[in-house]
Amino acid sequence: MNAIIPARRAPARIENVSRRFILKGAAATGALVLGTSIGLPKGALAAYNTGAGGMPHGVVTDPKVFVSIAPSGEVTIIAHRSEMGTGVRTSLPMIVADEMEADWSRVRIAQAPGDEVKYGNQDTDGSRSTRHYLIPMRQVGAAARAMLVAAAAKRWNVPADQVSASNHECVHAASGRRLGYGDLAQDAAAQPVPAMDTLRLKDPKDFRYMGKGKISITDLRPITVGTAVYGADVRLPDMKYAVIARPPVTGGKLVSFDPKDALAVPGVEKVMEVQGWPWPSKFQPLGGVAVVARNTGAAIKGRDALKIVWDDGANAKYDSDSYRAELEASTRGSGKVVRNDGDAEAALKSADKVIVGEYYLPHFAHVSMEPPVATARFADGKLEVWAPVQSPGGTRDDLAKTFNIPVENVTVNVTLLGGGFGRKSKCDFAIEAALLSKALNAPVRVQWTREDDIHHDFLHTVSSERIEAGLDKNGKVVAWRHRSAAPTIFSTFEAGAKNAAGFELGMNFVDMPFDIPNVRCENPDAAAHTRIGWFRSVSNIPHGFAQQSMVGEIAAALGRDPKDVLLELIGPARIVPYSPSVEKPWNYGEPVDSYPIDAGRLRHVVEVLADKGEWNRKLPKGHGLGIAVTRSFVSYVGMLVEVAVDDQGKWTVPRVDACIDCGTYVNPERISSQLEGAVIMGLSLAKYGEITFKNGRVQQNNYDNYQVLRIDESPPVTNVHVIPASADTPPSGVGEPGVPPVAPALCNAIFAATGKRIRRLPLGQTLAT
Amino acid sequence: MVKLQVNGKDRSWDGDPDLPLLWYLRDEAGLTGTKFGCGQALCGACTVHVDGTAVRSCITAMSAVDGSKVVTIEGLHPTGDHPVQKAWRELNVPQCGFCQAGQIMQAAALLAGQGNPSDDDIRSGMSGNICRCGCYQRIAAAVRVAATGT
Repeated sequence: MNAIIPARRAPARIENVSRRFILKGAAATGALVLGTSIGLPKGALAAYNTGAGGMPHGVVTDPKVFVSIAPSGEVTIIAHRSEMGTGVRTSLPMIVADEMEADWSRVRIAQAPGDEVKYGNQDTDGSRSTRHYLIPMRQVGAAARAMLVAAAAKRWNVPADQVSASNHECVHAASGRRLGYGDLAQDAAAQPVPAMDTLRLKDPKDFRYMGKGKISITDLRPITVGTAVYGADVRLPDMKYAVIARPPVTGGKLVSFDPKDALAVPGVEKVMEVQGWPWPSKFQPLGGVAVVARNTGAAIKGRDALKIVWDDGANAKYDSDSYRAELEASTRGSGKVVRNDGDAEAALKSADKVIVGEYYLPHFAHVSMEPPVATARFADGKLEVWAPVQSPGGTRDDLAKTFNIPVENVTVNVTLLGGGFGRKSKCDFAIEAALLSKALNAPVRVQWTREDDIHHDFLHTVSSERIEAGLDKNGKVVAWRHRSAAPTIFSTFEAGAKNAAGFELGMNFVDMPFDIPNVRCENPDAAAHTRIGWFRSVSNIPHGFAQQSMVGEIAAALGRDPKDVLLELIGPARIVPYSPSVEKPWNYGEPVDSYPIDAGRLRHVVEVLADKGEWNRKLPKGHGLGIAVTRSFVSYVGMLVEVAVDDQGKWTVPRVDACIDCGTYVNPERISSQLEGAVIMGLSLAKYGEITFKNGRVQQNNYDNYQVLRIDESPPVTNVHVIPASADTPPSGVGEPGVPPVAPALCNAIFAATGKRIRRLPLGQTLAT
Repeated sequence: MVKLQVNGKDRSWDGDPDLPLLWYLRDEAGLTGTKFGCGQALCGACTVHVDGTAVRSCITAMSAVDGSKVVTIEGLHPTGDHPVQKAWRELNVPQCGFCQAGQIMQAAALLAGQGNPSDDDIRSGMSGNICRCGCYQRIAAAVRVAATGT
């Protein structure tokens, strides 16, 4: 394998942390994985660096790894990231195809198994795929094109610079000779892979597919006819079907079980204990009792008949009501100082007016439509898994470690993901299937029910956010003190972690971009009592909600237009330096030279929204407009929400305008779909999103009491405005960052409509009186 | 013994008569296009047609479909070109795609019963089907396109 891994240059200033490489002790020492920049070919049009090289196993740009051409001319391009609805399985191969001048109708996409030495990093999370792979995929395509051109030149015995490649063939213009890619396949494969610094990337004006939004996702037809393969759709000969009863309280253990009634259910074949790991143990399974059957329905019925005694353990008293009071008390007191510019305490004391907002956001569950599921076959010391995982390389590593076998003996096949949203970055379900397959010496599929998914999720954190804003006598904000208390994702990796990790602090908290001279951010302790994990947009949701709600509160106190106040707080167009008081500034793993905090771009999103979203439009009685904008995942996203509230307090959303500046982009049609979806997810969590605990147990079970938005309550109109950018504006996130501005824009709109300020989510269908 | 027809083919089941049709289709008959989302008829991912009516297969016992004709996403149209399927593709409806078989089966039944539904009819007729990715705007538009061609 001639894998070309770009040389690591000097580490970038900003630190990165991969979702799976959080090492034991990292929280205590603050030691994080250093991010580095990847090099770019000389003369590349897009001369920017990214944090791709800092991810586990970095980047591979060997065309022989990603591209193969059959004599028929069919071009196979590897998709090495997981498809969960963002369109990445189409977008990245499309970049390769465009750059190598392949005809898309003759391109086949093959999904890579988990193998990061071969393919580079595969963690499909953090909105990194296009951001990190736009240039590498162009390099792959350009190298493949150069090899085809070299093969044709050799065949014709002419200099390579007289040969061009266009739409699946090489052309020698002087003689009019042409050869298709299929004819050249074998010779091209024998060509040396050109050095990256000799590659010539296409001029963006010559792009066929990139930036056009004309290519549908590759799985579109299979999805509509029922042949697309998701996690539960892999069928192996003699496969067993299993469901597992897991400890109802995080950290609980199995004491005993009576299998008799379960075994009496028709189709049930076996009832057995499944190994569990103590909490916290990263992504290892919780353990419990498995019911194995001839089909999933029998296994579920068998599990219903099980009698189990659990030891609930240390989290048996976790209670959301009392925990909320605890969190709110802690944000009323001081906490670990994580940013300190000027003297916010003194400025608050001497302020003409202080506005205080206390905001509370509960746990959310991911509830992707496909619950966790995996199929495994453990035979002869080798393990093969089929699973909808966001992190195939990490899954492979975790499986190898769990069974103490070499990674080479583990194959992780990635199916389509029926939604991910961060849940499927954790591979506990794949480990469960492997444990059962090993024990039963047969292929096993483990299916999680919706109840399992809601009861045993790695939940979005729960948080109390308190912001105090001090205004001088001219109404200018001179002080900002934000306290955020929320159990950290680190607590899933290290027992007793109580303070936010750098990547959590860096999500609209210590990186707060407003032009305010005195800023203090504090992070009081918050102990976790359940598994906390990444949920789409992560800490930007609570931080952004508090920050953007407070903008509305300030505008209201001043009696001014909230959009004007928002623009004034953002301040003039400029690069906002990361506060020097922040110990470990986190910029989504990206170097600040390519991805600075750009107040001008943030402003522009607000201005575009106000214009296209018709901020000054006349509204019917009971309607209101609200606006919010956040920079997250190094993109700039804003929402303008129109709400309608009737006399009974019942609210609906007739229209949403969404705007994103994500730098240069590949597939604007999928950007629109991601933003449309983010609006629905944001409204879902604002309206219904709440997981609560009583006696350590999750109180919600299924979509009836953990509701998500349905079509009849969705906005009839969502307009998405994608801000165009030149090819040398670094691409930034799309999948994650749409959600955070939705809820604060909604609550700002409700305030405009009713004068009622919402500081606690969820709202429910009707506003409390 | 339960006898039924699935996508035009005669089949029989002599196992547990309480087994939900969903698991028969997926695990016993190998028709994996129909999806499991909730098991409680709350999300619509498992929607199939039983004698022309959209039903949630996750709560429909095998005993209840004895003598019935069941159509799944795989059998909706011989070439996969039902107007609803075509409209879904024309408007690029799916994101992750997992719920879409159920959405399409629901929409096809809706249109079979009501040729030209109003926007409100579409929103209420499709309200039993959840899409967590949030494709609702396109789903509503695609049902309209399937009904009217525009």
